[in-house]
Parts: sequence; structure tokens; C-alpha cells
Amino acid sequence: MKLIYERSEAGRRASALPTYDLPAVQVPEELRRTEPPRLPEVAEPELVRHFTELSSRNFGIDTGFYPLGSCTMKYNPRVNERVVALPGFRDLHPLQEEDGIQGALELEWRLQEILAEVCGLDAVSLQPAAGSQGELTGLLLMRAYFADRGELEQRRKIVIPDTAHGTNPASVTMTGFELTGVKTDARGNIDVEDLRAKVDERTAGLMLTNPSTLGLFDEHVEEIAAIFHDAGALMYYDGANLNAVCGISRPGDMGFDIVHINLHKTFSQPHGGGGPGGGPIAVRKSLEPFLPVPAIVREGDVFRLDYDRPRSIGKVRGYTGPFGVFVRSYAFIRAYGPALKEMSEVAVLNANYLLARLKGAYELPFDRLCMHEFVLSARRLKREHGTSALDVAKRLMDYGFHPPTVYFPLIVPEALMIEPTETEAKETLDAFCEAMLAIAREAKDQPELLKEAPHARPVRRLDEVKAAKRAVVKYGFEEHPDLSIGAAEATAVEAPKGV
Amino acid sequence: MTHPYLSLTDADRDEMLAAIGVASIDELFREIPTGVRFSRALDLEPALSEQEIVEHLERLAAKNVHTGVELSFLGAGMYDHYVPAVVDAVLSRGEFLTAYTPYQPEMSQGVLQAIFEYQTAICELTGMDVSNASGYDGTTVAADACFVAKHVTGRSKVVLCEALNPQVRQVVKTYAPGFGLDVVEVPHRGGTTDPDELRVAARDAACVIFQQPNFFGCLEPAPDLAAAANDAEALAVAHVDPISLGVLEAPGRYGCALAIGEGQGAGNYLSYGGPHYGFLAARSEFIRRMPGRIVGETVDAAGERGYVLTLQTREQHIRREKATSNITTNQTLLALAGLVYLTWLGPQGLRELGETCMALGEYAKERLGLPLLFPERATFKEFAVRVGRSGRDAIREARSQGVHPGYALGRDYEGLDDALLVCVTEKRSPADIDRLAEVLGR
Repeated sequence: MKLIYERSEAGRRASALPTYDLPAVQVPEELRRTEPPRLPEVAEPELVRHFTELSSRNFGIDTGFYPLGSCTMKYNPRVNERVVALPGFRDLHPLQEEDGIQGALELEWRLQEILAEVCGLDAVSLQPAAGSQGELTGLLLMRAYFADRGELEQRRKIVIPDTAHGTNPASVTMTGFELTGVKTDARGNIDVEDLRAKVDERTAGLMLTNPSTLGLFDEHVEEIAAIFHDAGALMYYDGANLNAVCGISRPGDMGFDIVHINLHKTFSQPHGGGGPGGGPIAVRKSLEPFLPVPAIVREGDVFRLDYDRPRSIGKVRGYTGPFGVFVRSYAFIRAYGPALKEMSEVAVLNANYLLARLKGAYELPFDRLCMHEFVLSARRLKREHGTSALDVAKRLMDYGFHPPTVYFPLIVPEALMIEPTETEAKETLDAFCEAMLAIAREAKDQPELLKEAPHARPVRRLDEVKAAKRAVVKYGFEEHPDLSIGAAEATAVEAPKGV
Repeated sequence: MTHPYLSLTDADRDEMLAAIGVASIDELFREIPTGVRFSRALDLEPALSEQEIVEHLERLAAKNVHTGVELSFLGAGMYDHYVPAVVDAVLSRGEFLTAYTPYQPEMSQGVLQAIFEYQTAICELTGMDVSNASGYDGTTVAADACFVAKHVTGRSKVVLCEALNPQVRQVVKTYAPGFGLDVVEVPHRGGTTDPDELRVAARDAACVIFQQPNFFGCLEPAPDLAAAANDAEALAVAHVDPISLGVLEAPGRYGCALAIGEGQGAGNYLSYGGPHYGFLAARSEFIRRMPGRIVGETVDAAGERGYVLTLQTREQHIRREKATSNITTNQTLLALAGLVYLTWLGPQGLRELGETCMALGEYAKERLGLPLLFPERATFKEFAVRVGRSGRDAIREARSQGVHPGYALGRDYEGLDDALLVCVTEKRSPADIDRLAEVLGR
């Protein structure tokens, strides 16, 4: 398919702007643009056709089942799109005076209250733009908390299990802490003995996803919390998997002091092809003074932005955060109310049903009940038939499904991490199981079907190695290279895809 | 009653529980220790029907004073530019809206190609070689730039111009202790930054970040500022307004190492501050230090062109604690809006828009007849005036007549309590400006 730049023809345009009869103003010559940017030149019909064609080459939840583990690809209710487009939200300037933003502040305040209740914690900041930024904010809160107690120099270590999302260790580095790894035990829990040996007066805290990226609830979470709290350290909850436990178990009650919530996962902000997200953080009272400014507070019937927080870490993002995300998530939560518990129950039911149907055909590294997701291994298929988790993933596309997350978590070889979410029908789950079982048979009988998959997508398997080597990251116009020259076999990399 | 967002019938549930081999849903949670099981119902307001949700949110939205009910001259980093219908149309496509990061390229050619086209547009605007797929907003990309600069130069001082958006400076300062950075600020002199002063400050610095046009709307001597940074072997980072880049020179053409900015004005609604997209582009030598997703071109098994996420060994899911950033979810949908918007404008439209904003700005200066805060400086889209009383009072008085006259600079700058930053986009006609003059001038 052509790039929009290849459809471009000088003299065409899609916009007509208002013209006012005013004298022209010149930019000082030394600052003036010398060559115009080569933006596309197309008329409006061509513009719409181009992006419609692009959309037809993309797969979303609206297209079909999308069991990408740890990403919680649930249905996105359309009413949320309607309310976010209300002019009172959409056309509101973030620097408007307080008496002109009362509705926005009330919505934010209400969402804070809801998230505090769901997490079992005391105070919430909505500001972080995504889960990763929530992590970074949480770790900056730890820095501020320990600095306030005169312990920052001493407490350098953050403990992270080997099942953690890559964002956790990356966030640790970005906040100037040091990483200490801890192993997973034979049941898929944190290895408590290994942990005990690694926690001391130099430990700042733990970052834990619970249920873990294996989809397992850590059975020793109370003991783990005691180990950290006894050492004077803090507990950070990566809320990527909160969809499993709303109304069932609260991070605050598990002993966590700081939690980030992925609004685009649990609370259905559409993922948008890679964002936007929202990563609010909820904290215990002792950490509240350090939260980003402004805080959103209620005084009687009036809502206010409070900047007078002398111990605040500052700001992690502009204004009060990604407001449109808050509107959608708030609308989503109001559609459930206390029945958010049923949302989580059905998410867990769907996952366990898939697990029960698939564990015969694929290896299950930890044979337990799962929470909202589970991890299978294609190791046996690889050993016996030479077909990898990547091949299974690519073949699933031919059956009309988005693949699960693969090669993650890292401790499971040939991992397939499957998260159905609560919104899928049993018929869909069954069709997915039939496809997975058929693929396991194909691996034995016709392995090349898998290795050459996909066969039914707009493109065949893509060469990721060549992409990285050539690094063509923008259109080059008349100098654009032709990468098909010297094409051999397409090499897709067996590395984490998802999370 | 089955919830409308859930698809299982009671019979489905029974069959599934039987297949799992448990007697009840509750049993599925038996591995959660009793001590951490939540034993009461969530204390949340009762569920609403769709109609009730709309009514409730309409009531909340009605409490806000938006740009459709108040004639607004507020800018200061968030801009009320027109968003064309084609943006809404493209973003409402469920195939874009409800997809995630294109980890599996054969399922995601649409968004991958769109990001590649977006990266191209950002490189064209900024004169850079490589753009990422977006950052969170115009503040966090500045922190990202500092992180890149620290690793490239091995230095830990960053220099921020005081005329850089206060929100951006606050975010950089928040990130700084974690990154191990010292932040130094260089004051403005009469509304712009003095290159000689900057040259001194840039000594031993990893980078210098200036804004063009700056927070006051003034045009910085940007090539001289970049040269000052380069003289000190600090990376020159320009924080630019995409709407200005049809008329203002591209940072890549006057010696900048990185160009960053807030994309909101180009294709995103104000939306009370987000979600929007930040952009970050760089010269090719920094490609392997870039934060965030990058899409690259390749070919498939049949030799046909296609697109994939590339250079992923920079990223957290591969590199973990050695990653160039922790970012994963970014702002793709908003960046897509940016691409559609820039396509809608085209090079001609972008230039006209810049010219219109400048012409309206000059008309507004003249019509208001108020003393300019920085009379010597050329401006783009916004400018600062002295209103002869506190800016806050002036705003209150004007708003009582249905006009929001601008941003009170005293909120961020000492000694500027009597100054307002007035913004005119193409959505404010000369007649609107006349009305502002009438209200402010009384």
C-alpha cells in the first residue's frame, strides 16, 4: 500500500482556512523557514480513503478477540466516546480559572475517591500519563519519603521478582535506585527465603505485580509485606493486573503502600494503537504529602486545585493529567458500581476456562488455578516439531485471532501469555480454544503451516532483523531505499511481544 | 441481570465452572489468603444505565466554562486551534481506537504505517532524522531529552531557559533527582534569552533547552542559542510549537541536536490538558539513545514492503534496567490525530495558518493599545501586555462579560502580576479581538 506521501500531488490540499483581511506580518529573516516541510498534499477524499484503508489493515478489539496477556484488551463501551466529546470536557482549557472547571474537578475528585476505595488506600493522584509513569512517580515518592526521614542515602535497593514487567527495572534505573532481583519458587510465588536474604536496612522497597505476570496470586503476600515493613521499606503494587481483583482483594489490604492503576487496562480507556493510557497512583496516608501538585481537593461544595504542598515531589506531567482518559474510565466505572466485582469474577472465570481447555495440548509450568490470565509454554512443540511460540502466534492470525503475548514472562521458555478479559462470549472462547488445539495438531502434522504463517493477513511474516539493521525510520522521498532488493527470508525475532 | 458489557449467560457460567472443575466462582479465588480477601461490597455508588451516565456527565460538563461559551484568549501552552472533522472521523475507526501497541506487525500494518508517516511528518517539521512514535506530552519529552543528553555527554547539568513553559520546567525538575541531574535556569532578558549568558551557563552542561516561540510568545534568537549550546558541547534542544513550523525555521537547520514539543495544538482538542501527544525528534547519531517506540520499514517473506517496531533493544521489554526509557504505552492515537491534521493542512495550509496567527496577533496588539511587556520582541500567536492592575482582577472583570482575556503571568513569574499573556489562534476573528479590546480597555 502507498504511503500518504506517495499519494501526494503538488497543488492539492484538504484544508481551507478562514482568511481575514489583515496586513501580512513577516518573520525576521534570520528565523524564517527556508524550505517548506514536505507534508502530504492531498484533497480530503483521498485523505479519508487513505486512513480508512490503513484502518482496514489493523486489528482491534472491535475486529475480534485480542487475548494479549497483561494488556487487558477488553471491550471499550461507545458511550465513553460520546461523553468525552461533550464540549464542556473537550473544549475546556486546563488553565481556565477554578470557577470555570468545577465539573472537571468534581469528576477528577470522584474518580480519586473510587480508585482509593478499589485499592484500599487513602489518597490518589491522577497525574501520571501511563502505568510506567505511575511507577516512576511511585519511586520518586519513595525517594521523597526516605529523604524526609533522612534515609535516602542508605536505602538504595529496590527488589523486583524475575517475573516483573520490564518497565519495573527500567523505572528503578530512571529514579536512581539499584535493582535487586528475587526468584520465583516452584509454585510460581516469590521465593520467600531468597527474598528474606535480600531485604535489609538498605532496601527501599519492593515492586510487585499481584497477581503476577504468570497470572498467579502470590500466596505469601502478607508475609512478604511484613518482611518489607519490618525492614522499614515500602511496598509498591504494579496495578497492571488489577482487573483480576476489583472488589475481591485490595492492594492496600495486601500491605501495599503505593499502587499504580492502568486506566487503559482495568477501566477500559481504549488502547488507541499504543495509547493514550492513564496511570494514577494511590498511596497510604504517610505518603500523601509527597504526591504531585496540584492536588484536587473538595471544600464543601467547591472543588479546588491545591498547590500548597511543600513536600510534594513536583509535577510529572502537564496540568492535572490526561483528563479525557479520566472521563472514559469514570463513565466505565459508573456503569458497574459495586458490580466491578462481577467484572473481575468473569475475567477470572474466562481465563480459567481457557486454561482448563488448553492445558492438555500445551505445557502449563505452574498447574494452579489462575487469576485473569495464565501462561502456557510451547516448549514441547518446539522440541518435538521445531515450531516455536512465535509460530503459534503467527498461525493464530490465520484463524482470525490476535496472538497472545509471547516470550514473556522471561522465566517461562516459549511463553504464551493469554488474557481473555471479562467481555468475551463463551462462543469466542471456544473458537479460540479450537484454534489453539488445531494449531497444536498442525505443529505435528504440517509444521510448515506454522513456520510460514501468517498466510491470510495483508502482509506475510515481516523481517524484523532487516528493519533494525537498515533503520529506515522515515520516508526518504526521492532517495527512499528499496528494501526488497536482496530480500532473503523474513526473520521475526523471538523476543517479548506484548506487555 | 447480566451486565451489558459482559457476554456470559448463567448457563455459560455453569458449563464453564464444570469444565474447570470448581463448584462456584468464589472457589476460583481460593488461593487468595483469607486475610487479604475483601469481605464487604465496594462502597461505590450504584450502577447507572447508559442514559443515566450521559445525563450525569452532561451535568458535570455543564459546570465547566469551555471555549464555546466564553470567548477565550487563553493559550500558554495549550491552544484552541480548529480540529477538522477528518480527525474525528479517522479516530473513531474501531480498528485504530481499540487496538494496542503493534507488537504483532502482521495484525497491525495500519497503525504501523500511520506511525511511520507520523515520524516522517515530525522529521519534516523539525528538520530532524528520526522521531519516536510519541511521548506523553510536551513536558515529559523535555525530561526524556535530558535523559538522552545525560547519556550522550556523560554530564549531569541541564540548562533550562526561564522563558520555557513553567509546566515543562517543573516536570524536568521533578525527574531530575531520579536522573541524577542538576537543573540550572537562565533568566530571560526583556522576554528572550541572551545567547552570551546562555553560553556561560552551558559550560559542562549535558543540554540546553529553549523554547521557540517561547512561553511569552517571543521569538528567541534560536540559531544563536543553539550555537551557544554547541560552543559548550552541550546538546541544543529546541521545544517548538508545530503550528509555527510553516513560517519558522526548522531546529534541525540551525544546529539543534533534538527537537521536542507539545503536539496538542496540531490536531488534538484542549480536553482540559490531555490526553495529547509530545513529540521527540533527533539527529541520526542519537537514534540508539532515543526513548520510546520507533517504527521502521522492512519487507515481508514475499519481498513486499511492510512496517515493524524496530530498534527494540533500546526498550524496557528487552533491555530492562539498561533501557533508554521505561515508556511503553505512549500517545499513538493522539499522534495519529496529529498526522491526519498535518495531512489536512499540507505545507501550504501550515504556512497560511502561521501567517494568519501572526497577522491576528499584530492586529490584537494594535487594537488593545495596552503597553506591551516586551515591546522590542517579535512574537508568534501570543504576546504579553500590561493591564495596569492585577492580571487576576483583569481576568475576573473580563470573564464577567463573557471574555477570557488570557493567562496571568504572575502565576509563574515574579514581578509580572500586572501582565497577561494573550493568545490569538485562527479561531479568533478580528471582530472577536475587537470585543476583547472593548472589554480589556475599559
